Amino acid sequence: MSHLPSDIPFNLHRDALGQLVFTDRDGNQHAGVVPVRAFPITAPGASVSIVSVDGGELAWIEDPQTLDDSLRALIDEELASREFIPEIRRVKSVSSFATPSTWTLETDRGETCLVLRSEDDIRRLTPPALLIADAHGIHFLIRDRTALDAHSRKLLDRFL
Amino acid sequence: MRQNTAASHPSFLMTNTPPPSSGAAPTDATTSHPGALAALAAAEVPATHPDRWAGELAALNTRLRDGETIFGWLEIDLSPALRFVPGLIVLTDRRLLARGADDTGPTNADGWSEWPLTADLSLVRHDHAGVGALTLYGASGMLTRWRYTLVCDLAAGRLIEQFDRRRTALASGRQPAPQEQSLCPLCDTVLQPGQDECPNCNREIHAPPSTWTLFRLWRFAHPYRGRLLMGFLLMLASTAATLVPPYLTMPLMDEVLIPFQNGAPIDTHKVYLLLGGLFAAALVAWSLGWAKTYILALVSERIGADLRTTTYQHLQTLSLEYFGGKRTGDLITRIGSESDRICVFLSLHLLDFATDVLMIAMTAAILISINPWLALVTLAPLPFIAWLIHVVRDKLRYGFEQIDRVWAEVTSVLADTIPGIRVVKAFAQEKREVERFRDANARNLAVNDRVNKIWSLFTPTVTLMTEIGLLIVWAFGIWQVSQNSITVGVLSAFLAYIGRFYTRLDSMSRIVSVTQKAAAGAKRIFDVLDHVSSVPETTNPVPLPQPFAGNISVRKVGFRYGNRTVLRDVDLDIHAGEMIGLVGHSGSGKSTLVNLICRFYDVSEGSIRIDGVDLRSLSVADYRRNIGLVLQEPFLFFGTIADNIAYGKPDASRAEIIAAARAAHAHEFILRLPHGYDSLVGERGQALSGGERQRISIARALLINPRILILDEATSSVDTETELEIQGALENLIRGRTTIAIAHRLSTLRRADRLVVLDRGRIVEEGPHDDLIAREGAYFRLYEAQTKQLEEQIAEAGWTITTERTPAAPR
Repeated sequence: MSHLPSDIPFNLHRDALGQLVFTDRDGNQHAGVVPVRAFPITAPGASVSIVSVDGGELAWIEDPQTLDDSLRALIDEELASREFIPEIRRVKSVSSFATPSTWTLETDRGETCLVLRSEDDIRRLTPPALLIADAHGIHFLIRDRTALDAHSRKLLDRFL
Repeated sequence: MRQNTAASHPSFLMTNTPPPSSGAAPTDATTSHPGALAALAAAEVPATHPDRWAGELAALNTRLRDGETIFGWLEIDLSPALRFVPGLIVLTDRRLLARGADDTGPTNADGWSEWPLTADLSLVRHDHAGVGALTLYGASGMLTRWRYTLVCDLAAGRLIEQFDRRRTALASGRQPAPQEQSLCPLCDTVLQPGQDECPNCNREIHAPPSTWTLFRLWRFAHPYRGRLLMGFLLMLASTAATLVPPYLTMPLMDEVLIPFQNGAPIDTHKVYLLLGGLFAAALVAWSLGWAKTYILALVSERIGADLRTTTYQHLQTLSLEYFGGKRTGDLITRIGSESDRICVFLSLHLLDFATDVLMIAMTAAILISINPWLALVTLAPLPFIAWLIHVVRDKLRYGFEQIDRVWAEVTSVLADTIPGIRVVKAFAQEKREVERFRDANARNLAVNDRVNKIWSLFTPTVTLMTEIGLLIVWAFGIWQVSQNSITVGVLSAFLAYIGRFYTRLDSMSRIVSVTQKAAAGAKRIFDVLDHVSSVPETTNPVPLPQPFAGNISVRKVGFRYGNRTVLRDVDLDIHAGEMIGLVGHSGSGKSTLVNLICRFYDVSEGSIRIDGVDLRSLSVADYRRNIGLVLQEPFLFFGTIADNIAYGKPDASRAEIIAAARAAHAHEFILRLPHGYDSLVGERGQALSGGERQRISIARALLINPRILILDEATSSVDTETELEIQGALENLIRGRTTIAIAHRLSTLRRADRLVVLDRGRIVEEGPHDDLIAREGAYFRLYEAQTKQLEEQIAEAGWTITTERTPAAPR
């Protein structure tokens, strides 16, 4: 139903508790819904699903670009506060080439460190992308490892 | 804020109306002097100070008035927009303050946002995909929300706890009882407030292993040090013996051949003596060399074998979490070929290298004693070659490590596809799998090519150095002979020595690559050995309570797998002898809860107690001996049926095995097999049906007579008829034991005393079947859904009957 972008049959607003409230075509309200991207890494711009508290899908949005600005802003805002895949821009230094190793990084979300428990935590996505899981469960993304600067590439190469 | 405090504590106004002389803390009547509150705070505040915020905290502390005391803080590391920005939340007995991390709240003059503590405030945390959120709610709704990575999650939990305590204290005017002191579950060290991890047990997890990995092999060589010493002495002697012949060429040249050329007769006696000496030296060198090689090879084989066994032994102690994250092929390579490579390195390459070093040292000494100047020229290229070796070593090491990893990848492709061959064929993806293998192999090739580029240049370069070195010695020697500084004999002895000398250098240079390979292998083995089990065995285990009853109490248990929270705040009491059915959708955390109770994983939060003892303080093996586990896919090892039944108790008598098989309703079908109890079952027991395998695994669980029994979807993979057969076997098994059963088919749980309904990691309902049905909650819906499905199936079957009956209807 909701893939008809011209006539969006649902509405969203934020309540005083900071939750998103979903109102469907019949006026039923679901509080605490969350937008979820179907392909957060390979196609972050496309297909978002609105999921209720108990995990049921309430609406499927094929292309968020077709939504109202206000709706899209709400969804984007909520996604921005939930989605957390820092993208590595530069590997500044690594504590050692043997794991566990602490890397100092520049990411699109500021500078930080990650602890790499073992080389197996570096997952090869569709080349040239890499996904690195750190010891605390944060996933760091390298979209294109060939596009990193020479220093980062050299450090990274030692773990691949 | 002040008004609020005053309102809930009338005494505040009274004590504070006269100008406060001492700044007494007027939070309540029982702790009306500042010392008591400060002492309380000191006991409850985290012991470690946030270094980054020390200045701000100190400044805040000096500005606190009227005995306001800090009771806790939380360092956070994300901004609301999820950027890495540090921030600090501070809790005092009256306020919640925060700074940094782009706060959105009202900011006071010192740059802190602050919220007075009131009764209607609440602080709640939740997390998603590795990001935690801490939300402050007021009466009218959300006041603010902080974000943090899960590093801070435990600290956040503590802040919430302290926040609630402070709020209670404010509201009731009485300080809550002090918190329990927590002990490290492993070594019983008292943990400081705010310490999550025991400093004794958790020291080395993030410390990288040393680069001198090979030296760590000493741990394995230590038991053989006597034989190693003997081998070393033999090596010294045999090397010395091999250096005798070139020395004898000197008198042979100067005292026999050159005088003969000058017309003197040959001194046959001297010739016999010298030739005899040469022969004797060769014989001695041969026998000593043989003894040395034999002894050292013997030792190194044993070191390799110990290394392999120790690694495997350690692997067995690691938690399921480790195996979940590793690929089988990779682990097999590590234990199999890496340890073999180390063994070859020790018995062959290291031995040669040590001999070479000895020989070079001895040769150098001899050369210097004969003629220092010529010795200097001879030894001059040595540092250069050493440098060359050093440069190449670095390059090659990473190359070899990469080769290893790529090789493991090739093996992994095999390990992936061969067990899954039915799926590959069914979906006609053979080509794609071949492509995957080709890719992995191509990467292997590429990495090898890169290493070979350096390696192929290296050996010829060393050979060239050797030739150049010889050339220099010839030139300098001829000049010296022409100056009559040395005799021809000395020159020929030098040439004979450095002939050996340089060839040794050449072979020594080979040590670079093998050492690097062995070091890379050792590193990968020590990676396994250094991996601290995430289910660590406690150092001083509490003995299992005797008699062991099997009461299980689960307290506020949370479990996180990677960044996914699987269980949260689970509280459950299971009494000895009770049967509990765990119900819920798949992914609701049933199996995880069972895995935690078996201690395949350790809880992330909370505790599980067995007969009142924390699971983590029991010896894992002792505890598991009391657990019977029946899984959905029973795994049978290669061996006879009797062996498989007696797996948990290898010394079981035949009578016991048969009794267990009878109780498991397996006896009869076993007897129908051609070899009875001695029938061999294959890798996965392929000759048997699912129900038969399941009954063998039930017999296996029965034989160890466990107090706690876990049935994880024990009847899910068999048809209804087989299920009935197994049910009978299970009933024998369950009798008198604490049982936890997971089942999709609710009908299989009809014998359960209590049902526990899990939904997304929380217990949502608990109680006997009838109560839960009466309550019409989550269980009722599950039950409805299944009955409806059953009715539909019956209706479907019934539909054919009614169509047959239709013609009869008009009659």
